[in-house]
Amino acid sequence: MSTMPAAVAVNTFREAVRDRVLYNLIFFALMMIGAAILVGQISIGVERLVIVNLGLSAISIFGIIMAIFIGVGLVYKEMEKRTLYSLLAKPIRRWEFLVGKFAGLLLTLVVNTALMTLGLAAALFYVSRSFERSDVGILTAVYFILLELALITALALFFSCFSSPMLSTLYTLGIYVAGVFAPDIKGVSEYSQSPALASLARFVYYLLPNFHNFNVIAAAAHGETIPFALVWHNTLYAALYVIVILLAASAVFSGRNLK
Amino acid sequence: MKNLAIEIKGLTKDYPVGFLRKRMRRSLDYLTLSVEEGETFGFLGPNGAGKTTTMKLLMGLIFPTAGTARIRGRSIADVRMHREIGYMPEQPYFYDYLTARELLDYFARFFSYSATERRERVTRFLELVGLTAAGDVQLRKFSKGMLQRVGIAQAILHDPQVVFLDEPMSGLDPLGRREVRDIILSLKRQGRTIFFSTHILSDAEVLCDRVGVLVGGKLQGVGAPEELVSMDVLGIEILFEVHTGGAPPRSLAERATQTGNRYRVEVPEADLYAALEELRVSEARIISVTPLRPSLEDYFFRLVGRQKAALEPTEARIA
Repeated sequence: MSTMPAAVAVNTFREAVRDRVLYNLIFFALMMIGAAILVGQISIGVERLVIVNLGLSAISIFGIIMAIFIGVGLVYKEMEKRTLYSLLAKPIRRWEFLVGKFAGLLLTLVVNTALMTLGLAAALFYVSRSFERSDVGILTAVYFILLELALITALALFFSCFSSPMLSTLYTLGIYVAGVFAPDIKGVSEYSQSPALASLARFVYYLLPNFHNFNVIAAAAHGETIPFALVWHNTLYAALYVIVILLAASAVFSGRNLK
Repeated sequence: MKNLAIEIKGLTKDYPVGFLRKRMRRSLDYLTLSVEEGETFGFLGPNGAGKTTTMKLLMGLIFPTAGTARIRGRSIADVRMHREIGYMPEQPYFYDYLTARELLDYFARFFSYSATERRERVTRFLELVGLTAAGDVQLRKFSKGMLQRVGIAQAILHDPQVVFLDEPMSGLDPLGRREVRDIILSLKRQGRTIFFSTHILSDAEVLCDRVGVLVGGKLQGVGAPEELVSMDVLGIEILFEVHTGGAPPRSLAERATQTGNRYRVEVPEADLYAALEELRVSEARIISVTPLRPSLEDYFFRLVGRQKAALEPTEARIA
């Protein structure tokens, strides 16, 4: 493996840290502390459920916001500010730069998510004074959130190669929302009376990333066991999808004239 | 004959313009040029002449519409070529959250140096560009001149054989210009090939073995500065001084400009001896006698003036 993407990734991570992106953790910590104290007073017997639901949802939302808002500027900002000029004059291929940017933001998201998960664990321990065997499901849910964030980052990076941050945000957010409703799109393809609409819905269903499958927050909160097959399926699905998007981004960016 | 460091053949770049991007604007028109190893080549031209476009094409930042280029025998599309070159863009801008030291260390990582080598190089090059004291300051606090120096340091950090500098003197004060000129001269002494664009013709005249003048995307002239400018004497400049209360010879007084009791006059070469005789008779003290020859600047302005109107960027409609 070339060391070029690693150098770019470390620099991207450093940028996020220096731009105080991880400050969002303070909001998360305050929210979890507040929730833990409040829940302890008002909900009898369902403290764990509320805390896990709230915590995992917050981890997901904070991560999605970061992935989209940082992701859409990953390449665009470097082109606009012309920081890419000096970099691409070095012996680095454009795809290596893209992989580095992707890995750098993913690293930021992993660190951010890991710290938030620790916060969630602390809040959970505060309200129930113990951990249960079924809490492993929380870690699985966090892992799925990370897979989801990897996909969103790849999408944002792809749009960032040829579009302004505002449009890239709209495109990425649009695809994310549509992907969350993937089962409904499939429903349209199955129950539509119009063959044309059914075909179109089927095409869209298979084309869009299915974000619905990554959401196991409710199951984790109820302590349900998440099937191992789903873990494998989601891992493989996310990996393949990310590779395809990065290949597409690379194809677009490799032929792009810089301003 | 020396090896060629840079070979450019018919390099052409068109940009789409207009709302529908159907019209093409030619920014560089069939540029053919070669630069030998160890040569210092100055790329001259007014704003919008295509100098930066040429640099960006050679760096692979944009792609040619037509033509090819090779640097040290490798195609510009070959990423290995970048190991042997250094590039400083015009008005360089870097990651402003990094310090100068961190930025140079980051760029050094693309050349497989060990951590110790990187540290040693970064320290050495910060010193070379006079930024040792500011090495640990974030780049967002740097002045334009300081960024220019960082730009030069990152371009030569890996000891490249061919160095491309896009307007390296731009935005620098006289002291900074002198320092950059000294760096270029030092690279030249080390036998590096230097290709730089500049607006400052006196620098090109002093530094360059050859220059090329680009106007409206077309190369208008290439050669050694002394070849390009005519060696014909345009006239003779005489500086002289008269006694306090004295006056210059009447025939020269009409043409002379006076500063205190000093005078400056330009005479045709044929009238030199007659003028000197008159000055001798009037007991004036001659300070200097200098033949006036056209400068690179004269050549440049003549070319630009003649060609600019005729060579406005070509626009062609896509069929």
